[in-house]
Amino acid sequence: MSPALEVVVKLVSIIGLMLTNGVFMIYLLRKVLGHLHIRLGPMHVGPHGILQTMNDVIKLLTKEDLTPRLADKALFYLAPMIVFVPSFMAYLALPFSDTLKATSLETGLLFTLAALSVVPIGILLAGWSSGNKWGLLGGMRSAAMQIAYEVPLLLSVLPVVMLAGTTDLGRIVEAQAGLHLGFIPAWFIANPLLWPSFVIFVIASLIEVNQTPFDMSEAESELVAGFGADYTAMKFGLIYLSEFSNTFIVSAIGVTLFFGGWLVPWIPMAWYDAVPVLAPTVFILKTYLGIVFMWWIRGTYPRVRIDQLMDLGWKRLIPAALVMIVLTGVVDKLIVPLVTGTVG
Amino acid sequence: MSDARDDIVTVGLLAEGTHDPGTPPAGIRRAPTGVDDLATEHLIVNMGPQHPSTHGVLRLLVELDGEEIKNAEVTLGYLHRGIEKLAEHRRFDAIGTLMDRGDYVSGIMGETAVALAVEQLMEIEVPRRARWIRVMMAEINRIATHLLWYGTMGLDTGAMGPFLYAMRDRESLLDILEAVSGARMMFNYVRPGGVVADLPVGIDTKIREFCDAFDTYVEEHDAILSGNEIFQARLNGIGVIDAEKAFAFGLTGPNLRAAGVDFDLRKRRPYDAYDEMDFDVPLGTTGDAMDRFSVRMEEMRQSNRIIRQCIEGMPEGEHTAKVPKVLRPPAGEVYASVESARGEVGVHLVTDGGMSPYRMHYHGPSLYALQALEDIIPGHLIADGCVMIGSTDIMLGEVDR
Repeated sequence: MSPALEVVVKLVSIIGLMLTNGVFMIYLLRKVLGHLHIRLGPMHVGPHGILQTMNDVIKLLTKEDLTPRLADKALFYLAPMIVFVPSFMAYLALPFSDTLKATSLETGLLFTLAALSVVPIGILLAGWSSGNKWGLLGGMRSAAMQIAYEVPLLLSVLPVVMLAGTTDLGRIVEAQAGLHLGFIPAWFIANPLLWPSFVIFVIASLIEVNQTPFDMSEAESELVAGFGADYTAMKFGLIYLSEFSNTFIVSAIGVTLFFGGWLVPWIPMAWYDAVPVLAPTVFILKTYLGIVFMWWIRGTYPRVRIDQLMDLGWKRLIPAALVMIVLTGVVDKLIVPLVTGTVG
Repeated sequence: MSDARDDIVTVGLLAEGTHDPGTPPAGIRRAPTGVDDLATEHLIVNMGPQHPSTHGVLRLLVELDGEEIKNAEVTLGYLHRGIEKLAEHRRFDAIGTLMDRGDYVSGIMGETAVALAVEQLMEIEVPRRARWIRVMMAEINRIATHLLWYGTMGLDTGAMGPFLYAMRDRESLLDILEAVSGARMMFNYVRPGGVVADLPVGIDTKIREFCDAFDTYVEEHDAILSGNEIFQARLNGIGVIDAEKAFAFGLTGPNLRAAGVDFDLRKRRPYDAYDEMDFDVPLGTTGDAMDRFSVRMEEMRQSNRIIRQCIEGMPEGEHTAKVPKVLRPPAGEVYASVESARGEVGVHLVTDGGMSPYRMHYHGPSLYALQALEDIIPGHLIADGCVMIGSTDIMLGEVDR
């Protein structure tokens, strides 16, 4: 395969994956929330509500595309794209197996997080350009909270990077192969030193993807949907598609960093080569478990207030994340070598 | 019991409250409006209707400094039911339907107020069974109303789940109300002299089933919201209306009781058969949103207790007194009020001996809660504004009447 063709195939498959994910996640969201909320709605269209998503997509595609009179037209059209592209880019470095990934980046983790951090610019633009005061407030909120939570998110993944010794997502997964004491998976989540970091990561990534209890930028009861209030039809669809794929990506990063990525413990490495679909299936299943976990929270939790959110971020999570970095360094690079006698 | 807030005092049947409801207010304090050192441009926006019971009628004109509400103006409009004027052209037994459309989620209580007023004017003796049925229906209606409030309180803090769980339970209550009165919302069930029809056969098992189920449901509701730390952080210390302020604004019902004032018409001026019922009046301490929440949660438990007593000891007899076909009270004037789910719902009737009242005045609790809102909202964040509107449990049908 020529390199140019390979690039095209990869890009098309990422878009395909993104769209499939989006469509499937809409269905899954309805079903998960339907069960949590004892709602009958998601059971009505088609057997077990399967056709509901199709209806949703048709509705999105055929709705009238409105532009508010006061909107800044160019930016109003551009904003959904700016939201969409980074979440597309973030797929590039995800390791679905040791060979199946769009690209192998030495700085894969940083690249993915950096790509995700562009999303708030799009949201801010969307809110500002719709010429709506509530939209502006939503955009501002989004910007404020993303800035507040980029920092703990990045700091919380550093201990993992220190233990794995790399920011290449594929090699972070490989660092988690094997078993502790013969039965505990050597995933990073099994390391008590990383538990605080994992908690910080979960909280920060919930905010990163705008999920309850931190869905401040579109808080429907306070801001009347905030930045997205004026978006209709497929512009709205694009924003939500990228929100869904951000959820997927964040969950995938969590799986990669803490839950051994595409690895299943107790299975010999040779099996992965023998059955090529095994690794991607495991990876996607694990990712979806993470997504369902986020939606479980979404189905039950109230929303925090913006000042409480900021307090939590700046006053608690960032110091905690910094302490965890120091602690990981001291324990891993000083105490462990001393105890095991490998200082050197 | 609620594990979230154990400082809520439950006062027994005849216990005196810490405050005397007759004490005049000593003045109104403004809510703290925060510091305003930075010169920033204020944003004036229309907020709402974002709460289900404010549907199109309540609009808050808020002046925002960033997220902080500097000033809030409550703007009403567009519903204009004209209940008081319409009543002057209705026969006395038809005014109840208007009350159904005032506070349309606790219609039974409103109807009872009219019925009590007409009965007082005409000196009608209501049969014991009718009074018990009224109490039972009112309490069923009270739980249904409080459930709606509970669900929307969850929505105001951003939780969708509790709302749908509340709707599940409310549905079975509405089924009972429908089986008894024939309607799910506009009951027109309580009439001067009694109730319009006796209880249908077999309804007691249905109600008993609900009472048993609700014992567990209410704990579930309590756990899912008040047991949640985020919810507590959102409600604690928000929208404090202390006893003094509550008097100044004329609040009644749970909003007043949350401020620690032991004032419940069901105890203070028992009507119907409330003097025969055994129940407690829950009181708050500070009057913040969390107190209002806890008081209403406890009220649901107490209402369940009353319903159970009613169904166990329902007396036999007539469901209505002998009343003339056309009610024609003597000329006079009367005020009758009931403890509705939101507070005192009162009816002032002036009659001139005709077939319809010469003048009718409706006293509803929500208008007074709205005044208080205008006072407590400034200085808080937008999100708190929603919580405060939700926690005072206003119903615009009776405000813009």
